[in-house]
Amino acid sequence: MTIREIAERINAAVYAEPDQIDEEMTGAFGSDMMSDVLAFAENRDVLLTGLLNPQIVRTAHMQDMRCIIIVRGKTATEEIKRLAAENHIALLETQLTMYEASGKLYEGGLGR
Amino acid sequence: MTEDNGALHFHYDVDGNNFTSAGEASVQVKRMLRQMGYHPDLIRRISVAMYEGEINMVIHAKGGDADVYVTPDCVTVVLKDVGPGIKDVNLAMQEGYSTAPDNIRSLGFGAGMGLPNMKRYSDELKIDSVVGVGTTIEMKFRSA
Repeated sequence: MTIREIAERINAAVYAEPDQIDEEMTGAFGSDMMSDVLAFAENRDVLLTGLLNPQIVRTAHMQDMRCIIIVRGKTATEEIKRLAAENHIALLETQLTMYEASGKLYEGGLGR
Repeated sequence: MTEDNGALHFHYDVDGNNFTSAGEASVQVKRMLRQMGYHPDLIRRISVAMYEGEINMVIHAKGGDADVYVTPDCVTVVLKDVGPGIKDVNLAMQEGYSTAPDNIRSLGFGAGMGLPNMKRYSDELKIDSVVGVGTTIEMKFRSA
């Protein structure tokens, strides 16, 4: 599933470079606990989280993830946007809860 | 960067007063190893483990020193702090055991996965800790 398709499925705002949105994502991991992302999210491209601090970008970067979906209607801070852009990580914002967003993406085939 | 017994040596100061900047040394190391052409899986293991260590130093020890020694077949990461030390290393190695304060948990860390993750991702982990003196962690990552 591409970032463009992900955004359509969960009705998300996208902060990304044009060359990023057609990149193919193969797996996802959802958590507000970054320690768990570091422990369990090997070889996933997408991070779903409701946590809002710059460490979500560093954590994703360390795990070689390429897309962060911020759930529950939260808005990324300027610093989060800047760090994500710097590290070539696409940033999405959705009004959906983590459960709803995960369900829609899983149903669509992401990570299945 | 200096050369040290045939290994390239990189030093980083880990600022303990700023949780926001925690992880910057790991970001730099990741970038450097990519430029050197190491395998992406090795780089990911090193950067995740070092990042966990860096976060620990910021949470528990007000920062410290990170030193990275690079040879073609092995990368060694040494994290040294003068923090409170680890009372019971065996307990700290258990997944889920944490002494991090609640405010750290609200930032997404302190789940008791830091040291277990460092062990999981490194080929060798040495912990030298004295209560009231500090902790030195040495991790080795082999490229083969």
